[in-house]
Amino acid sequence: MAFDKMELRDIEVWDGNFAAAQALRQCQIDVVAAYPITPSTPIVEGYAKFLADGYVEGEFVMVESEHAAMSGCIGAAAAGGRVATATSSQGFALMVETLYQASGMRLPIVLNVVNRALAAPLNVNGDHSDMYLGRDSGWIQLDAYCPQDAYDLNFIAFKVSEDHEVRLPCMVHQDGFMTSHTAQGVKTLTDDQGYGFVGEYKPMNDMLDFEHPVTHGVQTEEDWHFEHKARQHNDLMTKVFPKIEAAFDAFEKLSGRKYNIVEKYDMDDADVSVVCMGTSVETAREVATEMRAKGIKAGVVGLRVIRPFPFMQIQEVLKDVKAIAVLDRSSPNGAPGMLFNEIAGCLFNTDTKALLSGYVYGLGGRDLTKKHLVDLFTELQANVDAGKILTPLQQFIGVRGPKLSFL
Amino acid sequence: MAKRGWDEFEIGAMLRSFDGVSNDIATTLQEDRNYSQSNSFVASVADWRIAKPVFNKDFCIDCQFCWIYCPDMSIIARDKKMIGVDMDHCKGCGICVEVCPTNPKSLLMFPEQADEEAELSQWPAKDKETK
Repeated sequence: MAFDKMELRDIEVWDGNFAAAQALRQCQIDVVAAYPITPSTPIVEGYAKFLADGYVEGEFVMVESEHAAMSGCIGAAAAGGRVATATSSQGFALMVETLYQASGMRLPIVLNVVNRALAAPLNVNGDHSDMYLGRDSGWIQLDAYCPQDAYDLNFIAFKVSEDHEVRLPCMVHQDGFMTSHTAQGVKTLTDDQGYGFVGEYKPMNDMLDFEHPVTHGVQTEEDWHFEHKARQHNDLMTKVFPKIEAAFDAFEKLSGRKYNIVEKYDMDDADVSVVCMGTSVETAREVATEMRAKGIKAGVVGLRVIRPFPFMQIQEVLKDVKAIAVLDRSSPNGAPGMLFNEIAGCLFNTDTKALLSGYVYGLGGRDLTKKHLVDLFTELQANVDAGKILTPLQQFIGVRGPKLSFL
Repeated sequence: MAKRGWDEFEIGAMLRSFDGVSNDIATTLQEDRNYSQSNSFVASVADWRIAKPVFNKDFCIDCQFCWIYCPDMSIIARDKKMIGVDMDHCKGCGICVEVCPTNPKSLLMFPEQADEEAELSQWPAKDKETK
């Protein structure tokens, strides 16, 4: 490797953004085309500094919008480079058109999405609106709960995404500010370990292979389009999970840190369970342990992989739970909520008698406190004791004004 | 191109220009290139045309103007000699006729269904009024 290596301590104090930037350095990204946006800015800023300081061999392309940023990434990936960028919220929304291009062209780009609310009203803080916006775009979506996850999942993302049987772009999500700007201890890999894990980039159908000229970005109409989309869906449904599992296993061997497609916490004998994503998973785990001390058998299910959606794994983990609360951190705007709907879809046609209710929380960075979760677990236990759901199916946590509930 | 099922083609809506390895393709003549089935060169778009150019080699001076101006690379020239028109890709735009400097012109436009032999046998004579 013709660049300077960086000596890292075994544990560094990093926030989620810097952890992700360090992972991009260690993976030796060839091209980052980026348009900075709060709260993701320090990721691409960090890569740019590593590049300027000679710690990485690559190109930083400054562009005029997020649409151009992802377009630049698509071009660089089609040319045959290892490519990544980062964005949030409004920038992610502007990228949406090109997200579908990237996945349909089967280009293994890694996009760090630092989750933030969508305007209006304008808001820079964390919720999952942007994450939800990308859910049908054909990307793999991994979710980090803390800076350590944000660091580790970037390595996993490249490993899975670049596999020639997968060749699908991958988002690594972390919560804006709660993860991205909260410094915690992060256990590091050495540069050799990190680069060794993802390995040298292996191009596929790259435009710089002049002996095998290819056309990327073609047009298909009713005679071909459906087959291409069906192929992409098939590969998401059948090829991605085995590769993610293999990458998680290999990463555990390397680092001792074990990731799972669905992260279970005290779920073996749980009567009541919360299903959620992001930093809320860690809060819910802490509260679940406290609820156990009060005699309520509480557990927590965190989604590590959002797309493809772990349908079978969710069915398995929730099969004996008596009451389930699904937490959506994005305004459903006229529906029960994405995660609620997915979980309901998993459990339908199974033998479960679980009482399923949904909660909308944390919009625009509103805190989800331990008190909220204590009340939530208590409400779930009351449902179990009554043998029926005593509340409306959709409730709001932490919003001011008269109690808001529907369905 | 044969209609294939979803599992029967390469991923990524990516199309190959040539089958196998292509070395030095720029200096390889079209007839010697191993075009892939997905290359647009193998597809005929002759049905786009409502008027066609007819080439009369008796008046051609091989100036190559038509070859230079044709927007679809449909003028076939070998060793700097005009051979004819690639009728699978010519759209009938008439630019070749417009730029042809001979008198009479060596290329003229006719309706698509016109008989080439008949048109060649009654080619216009040299126009003495124009320079």
